[in-house]
Amino acid sequence: MSQKNPEEVSNQNPRITWEGCSVLLDINDGDRLVFARLTAASSLKIGNKNCNLQPLIGCPFGSLFQVDNGKEGPFLSRVLPTTQGNSDQVEGDYLIISESKDNRAIVDNNTAQSLTGEDIDALRRQGATGDEIVQALIANSATFENKTSFSQEKYRLKKQKKYAPRVLLRRPFARSICEAYFKKYPARIGFLRVDSLSLLLSMANVTAHSDVLVVDMVGGILTGAVAERLGGTGYVCNSYLGVTPYPMNIVRIFNFNNEICKRILQSPLCDLCSAEDGTIAQTEQLEVALSNQKQSNDEIMSSDSPPNSISMEGNCLSSENGSMDIITETAASPFIKPCKAAKAGEKAPQEATKLWRENGFSSLIIAAPDLDAWSTVKELLPLLAFSAPFAIYHQYLQPLATCMHNLQLEKMAVGLQISEPWIREYQVFFDLKFVFLFNLSLFFCNETR
Amino acid sequence: MLPTDSRKLSFSRCIADGDLVIVYERHDNMKAVKVCDTGVLQNRFGVFKHSDWIGKPFGSKVFSNTGRFVYLLAPTPELWTLVLSHRTQILYIADISLVIMYLEIIPGCLVLESGTGSGSLTTSLARAVAPTGHVHRAASAREDFERTGLSSLVTVAVRDIQGEGFPDIFCGLADSVFLDLPQPWLAIPSAGKMLKQDGILCSFSPCIEQVQHSSEALRSNFTDIRTFEILLRTYEVREVKMESCQGDEGSSLGSLPCKRRQPSSEGRNGSEISSSPTVMARTSGEARGHTGYLTFARLKCVT
Repeated sequence: MSQKNPEEVSNQNPRITWEGCSVLLDINDGDRLVFARLTAASSLKIGNKNCNLQPLIGCPFGSLFQVDNGKEGPFLSRVLPTTQGNSDQVEGDYLIISESKDNRAIVDNNTAQSLTGEDIDALRRQGATGDEIVQALIANSATFENKTSFSQEKYRLKKQKKYAPRVLLRRPFARSICEAYFKKYPARIGFLRVDSLSLLLSMANVTAHSDVLVVDMVGGILTGAVAERLGGTGYVCNSYLGVTPYPMNIVRIFNFNNEICKRILQSPLCDLCSAEDGTIAQTEQLEVALSNQKQSNDEIMSSDSPPNSISMEGNCLSSENGSMDIITETAASPFIKPCKAAKAGEKAPQEATKLWRENGFSSLIIAAPDLDAWSTVKELLPLLAFSAPFAIYHQYLQPLATCMHNLQLEKMAVGLQISEPWIREYQVFFDLKFVFLFNLSLFFCNETR
Repeated sequence: MLPTDSRKLSFSRCIADGDLVIVYERHDNMKAVKVCDTGVLQNRFGVFKHSDWIGKPFGSKVFSNTGRFVYLLAPTPELWTLVLSHRTQILYIADISLVIMYLEIIPGCLVLESGTGSGSLTTSLARAVAPTGHVHRAASAREDFERTGLSSLVTVAVRDIQGEGFPDIFCGLADSVFLDLPQPWLAIPSAGKMLKQDGILCSFSPCIEQVQHSSEALRSNFTDIRTFEILLRTYEVREVKMESCQGDEGSSLGSLPCKRRQPSSEGRNGSEISSSPTVMARTSGEARGHTGYLTFARLKCVT
C-alpha cells in the first residue's frame, strides 16, 4: 500500500532493502530459499512459526537474522558477526585431525537426550532464546562429550537450525535467482544452470546499448538476466510465436527500476518479420519438439552470422502445422508473494519494431526447450545485424547438432560451435599443514558419491 | 569494441578507416587488424588490401589477390580472447563468463582487477560495467586499451598489489575485486578494505594449495566462500550414413563419415531406408583438462 514509486526506488542505495523491494531469503545456510517482497505486512513461515518481515526493511543486503522468541511470539532479530569470530572454528579444524575420539561407541537407541519435548516447551515459555535451548540440549546429551569435534559441530548446527533458525538476506541477482530456481524448480527454467546462463550472455555479447532479441521459454530468467546487463539502455525484445507471450514471471523478482523495466519489451515474431521483403514469415511452420525425458546436459551453441547468409525464400519448409500448442508452465511462481512490481514486458511499440527491422538486432539468444532449434534460428537470423553473434541453449544435444549442421550446410553463419560447460564446486579444507589429508579426503569423497 | 547509443552494429554500419576488425580465416585462426586506408594484410591466402574492405558491412567475405577469402567480423570480447590466446596464458571464456556472473557485475559498477595476464578478462569486465562504471586494473606492465576503444572504461596502473595493496582512494568503493596473483592471500586484506559491504571478491589460482591459503585468509572478513572449476567441452558435428544389417553387403563402406549430404540413391536399389543420413555429435578431442580454480567470497556485513 505504501510502496514507493519507482523514481524514489531508483535513487535508493541498492545495497539496502526498502519497503516493497524483492529479496531472496536463504534460510539455514541454503536449506531453503524463498523469494519475498518486503512490506510491513509480509511474513515468512519458518518451521511452524510465522515471522514478520518488517525488521528486514532498511537493512543492508548480506545481513543475517535469527528467529528469537519474544513476548508476542517469534520475531527476527539481526545477528552481527564478529569479524574475528572464526578463531575457535580454526581450532576445531586442528582437533579433527589430532584428536583420537571416534563415533564407534555411539548407539542410536534414542536414550542419549534426557530433555523431553515438554521440557523444551517449558524452556520456551520461560522465554529462553534459541541459543539457550541449544545449549540446554547439548548439556543434557549423554553422548555429546564423546563425539568427535566434527560430530559435535554437526550436532550443534542441526539443533541451531531447528531452535534458532537463521535467515540470510540476499540481493536477487541473475546469479542468485538462477541458482535458487535450479536448486528448487529446475524444470521451470529449462534446466538452465547459472554457468550456462553466464555463457549465453557472454557469447551473445550482451552489453549496454545493445538491442537483444530473445526467445525465452525459461520463465523469464533469460530476459531478466539480459535486462540486468543492459542497465536501462538498449532493449531486450522478448519475442514469441503465435499470440500469447511466454510467461516471464521471474523478471519481477529482480529489483528493476522503472528505467530498466521500460527496456523490456515483448513482440510477436510475426510483427518483427512481417515487413521483410520477400519472406512473409510463417511462424506457424515451427514445429514443437516435445522432450519428456530427463537429462541434465547443457548445450550452448554460439556463432557470428555473416551478412552473405543465403536468402531464405527457397528454403522454407512447407509444413501444414496450422495451429500449435506450446507446452510451457504457466503456473505462477509459487514462492513469490504476489505484490505489485514495476511493469516490465510491454508490447513493443511500432517505432521500436520499425527501428529493429531497419537496423537489425545486436544479438540473439534462444532458450526454448519446446521449440525446434533449427527452424527457430532460421526464422530469426535474418533479423540480426551483420556479424552479430547469437547463442542457442538446449538441454539436449541432438537438436543443436542438427541445427548446427543445417547452418553449416546453408552457410548462414561462421564460427559455429557447440559447447557444454562443466562446473564443479570444491570443498576446501582450511588447514595448510594437512595438505596431504585434504587430498585424501577428496579421494574419499569421490568414493562415496 | 563496445556499442554506444549512436554507434552500434546495424545493417547500415560499414567498416571505416580506423576500425578494429577480426579477420576470420577459420574457427581456430583469427587475427585482429586495425583498418587503415593504405594498409595491407598478408597471410597464407595472399594479399588483402584494406582499402577493399572500407565501406563493406561487418561480417563480409573479402577476397585476396589470389581469389581466396576471409571474413571480417566486428570485434567482441570473446573474439578478442580468441585472438589473444596465441600470446600468453589467459583466462578462457567459460571462466570469464562465470566471473562476471558471480561477481554480480552490472552497468555502473566499480571493479578492481589485479592481474598479470594479457588482459583478456579486462575487456569483458569493461563490457559489463559500461557505460557508467569503471575498471581499475593494476598490472605489472602498462597496457593499451586504446586499440579496443575501451580506454574510457579502463584505467591501468603499474602497481605491486601483493606488496602495496590497492590504492587507498578506492577504500569502501569497489563493488567487486578480481585477483589473479601468485600469492593472492597477500592482497586479500587490502581487497577487503576496498570492497563495499556485501561486495564480492574472486581469486583465480591454478593450484589448490593457493586456493587453500587464500581461503584461510578470507575466513576472517568474508563469508559465502566457494571454490569452482569450470571447463568447456566442445562437440564436433557430422552427418553419417548408417548401414543397416539388411542392406546388401557390397556397399558396406557407406558408413564412412561424409561432410556433405549425398544423394541417397547411389548404387543402392530399394535399400534407401537402411542408409538415411543422420546428424551426430561427438566430443572434440582437444578439451582442456584444467584451467584454474575460481574462489568467490562475500565481504561480511558488519554494520
